Amino acid sequence: MNFAVLVFPGSNCDIDCYKAVEQTIGQPVDYVFHTATDLSRYDAIIIPGGFSYGDYLRSGAIARFAPVMSEVQKAAEAGKYVIGICNGFQILLESGLLPGAMRRNESLKFRCQRAMLRVENNTTAFTRDYAVGELIDIPIAHGEGNYYCDEETLAKLKAENRIVFRYAGENPNGSVDDIAGICNEQGNVVGMMPHPERAIHKLLGSEDGKRMFTSVLNAWREKHGAASVR
Amino acid sequence: MFKATVYVTIKENVLDPQGKAVQGALHSMGFDEVESVRIGKYMELNLNTGDRAAAEERVRAMCEKLLANTVIEDYRFELQEA
Repeated sequence: MNFAVLVFPGSNCDIDCYKAVEQTIGQPVDYVFHTATDLSRYDAIIIPGGFSYGDYLRSGAIARFAPVMSEVQKAAEAGKYVIGICNGFQILLESGLLPGAMRRNESLKFRCQRAMLRVENNTTAFTRDYAVGELIDIPIAHGEGNYYCDEETLAKLKAENRIVFRYAGENPNGSVDDIAGICNEQGNVVGMMPHPERAIHKLLGSEDGKRMFTSVLNAWREKHGAASVR
Repeated sequence: MFKATVYVTIKENVLDPQGKAVQGALHSMGFDEVESVRIGKYMELNLNTGDRAAAEERVRAMCEKLLANTVIEDYRFELQEA
């Protein structure tokens, strides 16, 4: 199974994502620059956190028009697995691949801390190795993670079981309905503010993020037969 | 040549955390008459075109596509011959 980790000017979680793929599931993974115009050889695309284009104008607003993003759009439509983490989630919102928008945290503070999440949906490719209702410990690090969508969209997300994670303890940013992560209608595109790639080993404080990577590998294997392990 | 001035603000029904914080600060300074504060963005664009109608259409497209996120923001703009 081939993974792409996208790199925009200002991405800063790209190396963590790359290492997480290597260390959790040992699959081939490449850094792919924002100028790339062909993602056809990849089965999964990770849009990492950071401050793409300095977060100028709005988080993700400029990255969304990078050449690679039209390829991400195609990959998403083809049913490939796409995950946006933190700034990656903001980019997916700006690009319209996921509904809603991000506001400044209610506290106006950049929150960098552990967060307890409740898994709400384990039918996505990225969450199948979790149990619904399970509490997991995944760190957050963001100033603009205050997810917003209008009431109609929220009703739709709920009805279609598209809220993937909620903050289980204190809501660190004021997001609507304690939302920490959502998915698209097909469940192959997931966006989340917390950083699973920073929670893949006990030495990092938690290994609860590891199963997001094993999940997507299992989903892919189920679809394509056994994957080679490097 | 036209100069476009673009104003982007958070929609009325969307909480603006920065505006709320500034409102609180103004109240604590004794400016009790402040009923609400909304923080926005101000942009100046110099356009190399002589056609006002075309400029208007293009600036609207720029706002819709990039300058504002219409999920949470409203925009308005003015065109001035420069």
